[in-house]
Amino acid sequence: MQAIYEIILAALMGGALCTVAQLLIDLTSLTPARILVLYVSLGVLVYAVGLYDLLLPIFGMGISIPLIGFGAAIGRGVRETIISEGAIGILSGGLSAAAAGVTLALIMGLLSALIFKPRSKRM
Amino acid sequence: MEANEKKRLIKKHSPHTRVLKNAVMSFIFGSIICGSGQIIFRLLQSYIGDARASATLVTLIFIFIGSALTGFGVFDRIARHAGAGTLVPVTGFSNAVTSEAMDSESEGTVLGVGSKIFTVAGPVILFGVASGVVYGIIFFAARLIAQML
Repeated sequence: MQAIYEIILAALMGGALCTVAQLLIDLTSLTPARILVLYVSLGVLVYAVGLYDLLLPIFGMGISIPLIGFGAAIGRGVRETIISEGAIGILSGGLSAAAAGVTLALIMGLLSALIFKPRSKRM
Repeated sequence: MEANEKKRLIKKHSPHTRVLKNAVMSFIFGSIICGSGQIIFRLLQSYIGDARASATLVTLIFIFIGSALTGFGVFDRIARHAGAGTLVPVTGFSNAVTSEAMDSESEGTVLGVGSKIFTVAGPVILFGVASGVVYGIIFFAARLIAQML
């Protein structure tokens, strides 16, 4: 029962974050690419003010899978590297934390470009 | 065309109805992705134990799926209905990276793919990192002040 409750909460939060983005696209002049940038920066902010660590136990993947989670990972990387290694963390923390995701996306992109024929553009 | 039919078509294609439909569809797809992500997360966590490592793995899995579906040309067909429902989860990020890379293959693998792959990833990484640096400076300064007091 607990597990089902948890899945529903994750689904609700994930859905809500997507709906807000969709409304921003339809009702303002924000393009999809700008939405992604907005959500990543928002993720850093949400982590910085301590809200992310409050919401993560409740909504789980609902807040972690949207790009907010990517931004929060950058924020967390910066914070934890500053605590463990000092000022250098300001520069090294963000990209280190994002490294796995960014690298996988880039490698997959490169492999796809080499293997598959191009298709229609989305953005 | 009958008056009724005309009225129905006007309603169907009016901006107001479209916005509502897009909102509902993006909610449904966003919910499905994040709900299934939560299931995968719990399964992984029962194997690995560590919550943070499991969460990272879930993100990587969805990056992989988003990219693979883009490669096979399926992503666009889903995204046409899902809108922001597939854009906001990391699937949107990996879709942007992969589709830009694939579209620029004709411009050359080294300079074409090498630069265009960052068309969307570049802004996302840049402003994510820049926000992180701003936060880092504030956090470091606050820590310094707190230690001095």
